[in-house]
Amino acid sequence: MAALPPLAELTGIAKHFGEGGSRVDALRGVDLTLHPGEVVGLLGPSGSGKSTLLNIIGCVVEPSSGRMVLDGAVVYDGKWSGGDLRRLRLDKIGFIFQFHNLLPFLNSRDNVAVVLELAGAGREAACRRADELLDYLEVGNRARALPAKLSGGEAQRVAIARALANRPRLILADEPTAALDSERAAIVMDLMRKVAVEQSATVLVVTHDEKIFDRFDRILRVRDGRLAS
Amino acid sequence: MTLAFRDIRHKLGRFMLTCLGLSLLLGVVLSMIGIYRGIVDDALSLARAPGADLWVVESGTRGPFAEASKMPGDTREMVARIPGIAAAGSMTYQTVETSHRGQGMRLQVVGFEPGRMGGPAAIVEGRAIAIRHGEAVIDRRAGLTVGERLRLGREEVTIVGLTANHVSTGGDPVVFLGLRDAQKIQFLPKPSAYRRDQARGAPPPATDTVNTVVARLEPDTAPEEIARQIGRWKHLGAITQLRQETILVQSVVEKARRQLGLFTAILMVVSAVVISLIIYTMTMDKTREIATLKLIGAPDRTIVGLILQQALAMGMIGFVMGWGLISLVADTFPRRVLLMTEDAALLGVVVALVCIVASGLGVRLALRIDPATALGG
Repeated sequence: MAALPPLAELTGIAKHFGEGGSRVDALRGVDLTLHPGEVVGLLGPSGSGKSTLLNIIGCVVEPSSGRMVLDGAVVYDGKWSGGDLRRLRLDKIGFIFQFHNLLPFLNSRDNVAVVLELAGAGREAACRRADELLDYLEVGNRARALPAKLSGGEAQRVAIARALANRPRLILADEPTAALDSERAAIVMDLMRKVAVEQSATVLVVTHDEKIFDRFDRILRVRDGRLAS
Repeated sequence: MTLAFRDIRHKLGRFMLTCLGLSLLLGVVLSMIGIYRGIVDDALSLARAPGADLWVVESGTRGPFAEASKMPGDTREMVARIPGIAAAGSMTYQTVETSHRGQGMRLQVVGFEPGRMGGPAAIVEGRAIAIRHGEAVIDRRAGLTVGERLRLGREEVTIVGLTANHVSTGGDPVVFLGLRDAQKIQFLPKPSAYRRDQARGAPPPATDTVNTVVARLEPDTAPEEIARQIGRWKHLGAITQLRQETILVQSVVEKARRQLGLFTAILMVVSAVVISLIIYTMTMDKTREIATLKLIGAPDRTIVGLILQQALAMGMIGFVMGWGLISLVADTFPRRVLLMTEDAALLGVVVALVCIVASGLGVRLALRIDPATALGG
C-alpha cells in the first residue's frame, strides 16, 4: 500500500466562515494523506469540521488556505473553474450519502447510468456498465425498480453502484450506514472494502456509527477543526 | 428520454393538473383574441355583405356604421346613372329591440331592395326574399326557424330564409327586410306622434329615405374617381369599400380592440407570473436532486435543461389543452369566437418565449443551489 503514491495530500488546509467578530474557523491547518486501497474512518462530534473537510476533499468547498493534491493534480490553485471542479468530481470522486440521494424519478439502472452519460458515455454503454455494477452489488434484479420501491439496503447498494460508475479513485461516504441495521451496515462496509482493494480506490467514511469502527484501516478524529489520528 | 421528461412522468398526475390550470388561463387568452377576431370579422361581414365597391352617404358623414346618414330615396337612381357604375342599391341600417317567444332580442335590421344589391351574401336555409313586403331573412344566431313570424315595431314579417355569420359590430343578429318594411320601421313616426303632426297640419311623414346607396363599379373603374364625382353633389359623399372597412375597424372596433388587447396583455403577464411561480416551486421541490446532480458532476447546462424543458413542456401542453378546450366551447360564447390558426400559432410562440423567460427564476434558484446540500452540509 505504501509503495503506491498517495491519492490525496492535504497540507495546512484551513477554512473559516465569516469575518471579524462573526468569524468561525471550521478547519485549522489540517494535514492529511490518503493512500490508494485504504478505507479510512473520519470521526468527530457535530460541528467539529468533518463535513467541511469532506467537502474540501470532495472539491465542493474551496479552503481558505492550504494545498491539496488529488491524484497528482494540485487543486484550489486558482486555475480551476467551477466547471473544472465538477468534471474532476465526475471523473475521480464517487459520493455515497446517508439517505442514498437517488434521483426519485429514475430507476436503479438509470440512476447509475446517468453518471456515465454525464461523463460522455453512450446510452447503451452506460446501461451495460450500470447492469454490471448492479449485478456486482447483488441488486441486478432491482434494475428497473424506482428508489421508492427499494429497501434501505438495496437503495444504498444502488447508491454505491452509482458512486462506482466512473471508476473513481476516491470514494467519499457520508454516514453511509446510519440508516441501516447492523447486518446491512456490515454488508455495505464489506462492499466498500472490496471496491477499495479491487479498484485501488481510497474510501473515506464520515461516521458516528460505532458498529463499523473496526472496519477501517485507520480512523481520523476531527476536533475543533484539527485532525488527530 | 431526458431527465426533465422522466421527472414529469414520475409526477404525471400533478404535472397534468398544473397544465390543466395553465390551459384554462391560456384558453381565456385565446378566447380574448378569438372574440376580437370575431368582432372584426362580424363588423366586416356586415360591410362586405352587399359586395359594394362604393358607399354613397349623406355629405359630411362617414357612412351608416359610424354615424347617422339620411338621403332621399331616389338617390339610387341618380347614382346608377353615373358612368362607370354597374349596379346600385338603396339600403337602411337600424338596431331594434323586439321580443320573440317571450325573450327579449336585439337585432340589426338591414333594409334592401330585393333584386338589387344589398341582400345577404348567402342563404344557408330557406330562400331569399321574393316579395317586397312581409318577408325577412335572419341570421340563425337569432334562434328563429324558417316559417316563424317576427314582430318588428308595427310590422310583422315571416322568416323565409336563414343566414350564417351575419351579425352587427355589437354581435346582434342581422335581419334582412325589404326596403319599404325597413323604412317604415325606421322613419314612420308612432301613431300618437303621427296624429299630433296631422292635427298641427304638418305634411305627411317622408319615409322614402335611405341611409346609404351601395354601388358596384364597372371593371377597370377607379372607385376614387367615382367618389370624387359624387362628392361634387354637395349633399352626397362617397366612401370606397376599403375606406369603409377601415372606418369600421378603426372607429367602431377600435375600443373593443384596445380593451381586449389590454386584457390579453394582462393575462399574458399573469400567465408569465403563474408559470414563473410554478417553475420556481417545482425547482424548490427538487433542491436535493439538483444538489446531488451538481455534486456528482452534472454541468450547469444539464440543470438548466431540466428546468427549461419542464417549463416549455408545461407551457406547450397547457397551450394545446387550452386551444382544444376553447375550440370545444367557442360556439357556446354569446359573442362569436373566431379562432384562427395563425393567431394560435403566434400565441404558441409567445407562450414558449414566456416559458423561457419565466423559467429564469427557477434557473437562478437551481444555479445557486450549493452541491454541499446533498451531503447535508
